Amino acid sequence: MTRIDKTAAGAIGVEAINMTMRFGDFTALDNVSINIGAGTFHALLGENGAGKSTLVKCIMGFYHATSGQLLVAGREEHMTDPKVAQSLRLGMVYQHFTLVPSLTAAENLVISRADAPAVIDWRSERRRLDAFMATMPFSVPLDQPVSRLAAGEKQKLEILKQLYLGNRFLILDEPTSVLTPAEADEVLTHVRGLTQAGEITVLMITHKFREVTAFADEVSILRRGKYVGGGRVDEMSIDEMSRAMMGEAPQISERTRHETDRQPILTLRGIRAQDRSGLKSIEIDDVTLHSGEILGIAGISGNGQMELMEILTGQRRTFGGSITVNGRPYAATRAEARAHEIRYLPEEPLRNACAPRMSVAENLAFRMFDEGRGGGTAFWKDGRAIARNAVSLIDGFRVKTTSPAARIASLSGGNVQRAVLGRELTGGVRVLIVSNPCFGLDFNAVSTIRDRLIDARNSGTAILLISEDLDEIMELSDRILVMSEGRVTYETPIATANVAEIGQHMAGHG
Amino acid sequence: MSTIGRIPDQDRLTAAQILSGLMPRAEAVLIPLAALLAGFAAFSLFLLALGKSPAEFYALVWKAGFSSAFSWQNTLSRVSPLVLAALCVALPARLGLVVIGGEGAIVLGGLAAAVTGTAVANLPSGLGMVLMALAGMALGGLWIGAIGALRIKRGVNETIASLLMAYIAIALMNHFVEGPFRDPASLNKPSTAPLAEGLRVGDMPFVAAHWGVFAGVVACVLCWILIERTTLGFAARIAGDNVRAAQVQGLPVARLVIGFTALGGAFAGLAGYFEVAAVHGSANASLIAGYGYTGILVAFLARHNPLAILPVAVLLAGFEASSGLIQRRMDLPDATILVFEGMVFIIILLSETLYGRLRIFTPGFWEQS
Repeated sequence: MTRIDKTAAGAIGVEAINMTMRFGDFTALDNVSINIGAGTFHALLGENGAGKSTLVKCIMGFYHATSGQLLVAGREEHMTDPKVAQSLRLGMVYQHFTLVPSLTAAENLVISRADAPAVIDWRSERRRLDAFMATMPFSVPLDQPVSRLAAGEKQKLEILKQLYLGNRFLILDEPTSVLTPAEADEVLTHVRGLTQAGEITVLMITHKFREVTAFADEVSILRRGKYVGGGRVDEMSIDEMSRAMMGEAPQISERTRHETDRQPILTLRGIRAQDRSGLKSIEIDDVTLHSGEILGIAGISGNGQMELMEILTGQRRTFGGSITVNGRPYAATRAEARAHEIRYLPEEPLRNACAPRMSVAENLAFRMFDEGRGGGTAFWKDGRAIARNAVSLIDGFRVKTTSPAARIASLSGGNVQRAVLGRELTGGVRVLIVSNPCFGLDFNAVSTIRDRLIDARNSGTAILLISEDLDEIMELSDRILVMSEGRVTYETPIATANVAEIGQHMAGHG
Repeated sequence: MSTIGRIPDQDRLTAAQILSGLMPRAEAVLIPLAALLAGFAAFSLFLLALGKSPAEFYALVWKAGFSSAFSWQNTLSRVSPLVLAALCVALPARLGLVVIGGEGAIVLGGLAAAVTGTAVANLPSGLGMVLMALAGMALGGLWIGAIGALRIKRGVNETIASLLMAYIAIALMNHFVEGPFRDPASLNKPSTAPLAEGLRVGDMPFVAAHWGVFAGVVACVLCWILIERTTLGFAARIAGDNVRAAQVQGLPVARLVIGFTALGGAFAGLAGYFEVAAVHGSANASLIAGYGYTGILVAFLARHNPLAILPVAVLLAGFEASSGLIQRRMDLPDATILVFEGMVFIIILLSETLYGRLRIFTPGFWEQS
């Protein structure tokens, strides 16, 4: 197979040879070589911590590789600085938007230029922008503030920005994680069109096999910092790719579902609250959660799910409506949560469910430290009980830590999540309210967590699962609600759930 | 390999184990200590720039603060208000609040105690003393507790609120001392009526210091027990480290914040009581001595650990006690001690960024090596 260093239309190829990156004793990238030919759409697959980000940061000059070479358009280059990568027309689109929300798309594009003049002649800039947009296969509204654009349009604008800056080799870091499936397909179709026209070369970090098989030409797979496989996508099966990524065939446990008698437990009626921006309102008219079911709440980030979680945990004031548990009003106090056996797993547990400067043992004690004999509240802290609790949870949930006295912030994301899961799932749990439990975790951690959720459901726990990952919602839920613009706009049992239809409701078209 | 050959190996392992257990705990002592030494060094440079001898300065601090029974008396008389004012910073700090207005609670606590003292002159003196102390603690507690309530209920920045309220407190004290509660006999220095002899707090046996020092020690021990040994203290530490996590756990964050700030204010008010009942004999402008501000430095140097507050307060009390001698012998203005305290404070705040960053303080570092 011949590689092209540079296409006629300007796309450039990049080759990394024997890249190694060490942080102290830890080898994040171990002798990895990949060759991304000009004008190809190359996918970079791997679990969290496999070294994908390290590799692209070395290519972009954010990290200096311990050893190895980098060829850009066939010439060896030394990425001493991100500016070098920019000058070589290498660009990166990050997972989260880097646009200024209050400025228009046009303003965002112009100010992103390194050579933007101190005084901008908007009329001539605008003429040049229009000329540039005319050459693009897709466009976005240029005169609206970016905050009004839909997520898919923002992502398109991010890609347009890279082209506007003249970059010919783009790294896309999980570009579809904030998009609906339809938006994701649209954006990636355009990107693919650009690579086929030889305009750009793309290296896309992803963990979605579907995007790899549908859009990418080639794939490279990393595991634990090593290159473990790759090649042309049309010559590989998903099974091969996932085996390379996980090391062995993933142990997908047969998740059997046992039906238990369903009783309504948690109800929300006529809830009114402000959203985070204070501009929009959250209006939840009627939601009932039953024992023994997983009620999935789908929606694109920022449509009121975070606020719903805050309302349920008592962190956000409501202006109307009622929350009841077992027919009694519920205000999320510690005593009520304990009496009704309600537990929470907020997203990003280190930020929302842990005290980062306290020890692992102390963090594991958050539920039990004040449990007195006979259900009362204890006054004296029982250090021995806290230590026993820590040892049993660390063992039971396989939390890897140097010692129970280590700060919880020193643990990896998967271990923090397992620790919090252990803390919240121990003892009687009748209601579990979960938000994005698998965000940022590797395959094995995700699998453990989903197994535990199904186990809890099978034993009669009512689970409210708020998730931005539609695959997760489809895999786990018995019933699905869609939240859009702060309201519940759609409901369906899993039997009749259709991804396309849910996606439309998520995007606000219903 | 013979068994004998392996013994040194095992010895090394135990040493590593001891260090890996010890060093994480040592972090909280070694970093402030290093910061204090760096503060001494920086202040020495300052003195050298002025053409003065740092060695002479530290020798005079030793002489005036710690060398004789007389100097110890001088030092210890300042320990009680420093310790109690430091608790007014350390307790709210456990909840993540930076309260720097303890001076206001000291001044108002002193005023409340003095006014109560004139009202209870006819009661048995033991009861009168208790009522005076309670009045001082109550007003101090309300004053700082209000700052906690403003923070948690209305989102008012507690640092600025407490600082500004300290000015209000001082103005209020001046108003009452010069107006409604002025003793007509106090001509040059407006004061409240002098306390009856039976209401005055005397010195402790064997130690040349008043009972306020003992109260400060007891307060520190009680606060340490509250924070380290009770579930309330544990809940406060969770809320102080991550308020979102505390809310998700359903902990009563608002009550904890108001309770801890009010308790801190009560200790500062108690400092005001001892200043009136053991030192000045009435409430007047002498209450505005800056103990509330030096207490901030004490609390930060002690990492808000109540037991560490005691030695730190003794050290800084010694420095403050030596300011007069330094003024006379070295021809330096008495604000020199403030320069010293300011330098130490800046370096302490800088050192806060080191916690959790230095690998020698992690268990893993010693286990690997």
